Amino acid sequence: MNARVLPYVLILPVTLFLCLFFLYPFLLVSKQAFSTGSGFTLDNFREVTSYWKFPTTLRNTFLLAAAVVPVQLALALLMATMVNKMQKGRDLILYVWTIPLGISDLAAGIIWLAIFEQSGFLNSMMNGLGIVDKPVNLLTFQNPGLVFLAIALAEIWRATAIMLVILVAGIGLIPKEYYEAAEVFGASPWKRFTRITLPLLRPSLQTALVLRVILAFEIFAVVAALGGTLFPVLMGETYAYQFDLLNSGAAAAMALIILAISIGFTLIILRLLRVPKGATI
Amino acid sequence: MTSVTTDVAAPDARKAGKFVYVTAVVLLCAWVLVPIYFLLINTLSSPDTVNSFPKPFWPEFDLGSLTFFAGFAGMLTALKNSILVAGMTMIMSIVIGAPAGYALSRFDFRGKELFRLLILLTRAFPLPLLALPLAVMFIQTGLDDTVFGLALVHTTLAIPFAVLITFSLFSGIPIELEEAAWTLGCTRLTAFTKVVLPLILPGITASAIFAFVISWNEVFAAAVLTIENRTLTAFLLQNLDTSPLHLKFAGGFILVVPALIFIFAVRKYLFAMWGIANR
Repeated sequence: MNARVLPYVLILPVTLFLCLFFLYPFLLVSKQAFSTGSGFTLDNFREVTSYWKFPTTLRNTFLLAAAVVPVQLALALLMATMVNKMQKGRDLILYVWTIPLGISDLAAGIIWLAIFEQSGFLNSMMNGLGIVDKPVNLLTFQNPGLVFLAIALAEIWRATAIMLVILVAGIGLIPKEYYEAAEVFGASPWKRFTRITLPLLRPSLQTALVLRVILAFEIFAVVAALGGTLFPVLMGETYAYQFDLLNSGAAAAMALIILAISIGFTLIILRLLRVPKGATI
Repeated sequence: MTSVTTDVAAPDARKAGKFVYVTAVVLLCAWVLVPIYFLLINTLSSPDTVNSFPKPFWPEFDLGSLTFFAGFAGMLTALKNSILVAGMTMIMSIVIGAPAGYALSRFDFRGKELFRLLILLTRAFPLPLLALPLAVMFIQTGLDDTVFGLALVHTTLAIPFAVLITFSLFSGIPIELEEAAWTLGCTRLTAFTKVVLPLILPGITASAIFAFVISWNEVFAAAVLTIENRTLTAFLLQNLDTSPLHLKFAGGFILVVPALIFIFAVRKYLFAMWGIANR
């Protein structure tokens, strides 16, 4: 086979696959969202947005993303810089820190349930310290703050690793000479971090943030395990529309809303952290 | 090397800095490991202990919870389904994705940028949501509620990674090696199988494992697309409200174990894969 045709033959399977299982379903879901059986309509969107729970759902999802993503970014940056200057045991530490990367959101939810449930480890610890004398039910509608905290902690615990990996790989690409030069001129570690690491890390920061923010709006199983119906989020409501209410038009509309939010935030992040032309390492 | 810093700071200050640094590393390790340890305690305790208060802080090595898990109706089938779906996803994403990765690394062709855009576009989408329209499509084609149908969706999740990772792996092998093989009488195919493949196999394995984990962990699409043939994640999710605590914890633990092994197996490739795949 000649070299002109070969690349097309090689990319054909992926292209077909993605057309069939990515682009086509995307068109289907759009069609479903904009129709209720006869012609173009916005009824599905009107229905989901006018539902009394919708503002809460939207607020919860945004609040969670706003609370979780910055903490994860800071934590991942801290861990990445710590690992970067480590000499002994770097591989072991990195392995331990990346373990949550392989853990599913459902499992993470269950893990933190073991801590926060009524007979869980947090209660046992507080009991041991004499703060409480009998187990308190922490995850109830009376403690919305605690439910939020549990979900946020589980998310931070689980999904910081993905940012860490991207950032460690990115820091590895920064030439050591820059740091040496900065040291010669007497730059403090903090100066080196803000003047070399952060600017040169911009492409990695971009990817890490885009990926994390999209995943933050997709949060589902962690909430299902810890909050249940106490803390409605967009993805959970989509699931409920599809299964509990058997309204696939509304579910499709919710899906498009999540999609629009994700794309909106992707564009904002790409714009804020854009890499100047020609300024790559 | 930058390791020897010529700080003018007093040795005391540096000692204190070192202490803070080590403490922080230890604390961060504990932050990751302690919650998993708690899950382990719950898994290796009898159902009675799991539901009792206060909790012991070390496992009593009782297999009661795990036996209950194995005996729970439908659980072992769900576990089998999970493994099947993840296995299929692993094979499909590599078989379909790797040729494209090779094409991207070795050829300049018209439409290459468009193709890369299609791959990167999938990144900006909450892909599990596509399970909703696919549910309808699968009913029409008889793929609904089958392990294979779900594997197709999970392959869509895994394939962008497979393409980008194999692209970076192939790019790491100089084309001169292949050219040398051609001059020594190999065809394009034999040069690939005899020279490139052996070099790339560990990396391919790593990205296959990655695809396995993506499928193994996926909850939303699995819950939407299967009813009778639930995977483990979908089964646990469906029974969250009703199942007893010890069942949840044992199930959660079974979900975590492969993750621990797999991340360990691919740790060498993790950063190379992500570093380049995400540019």
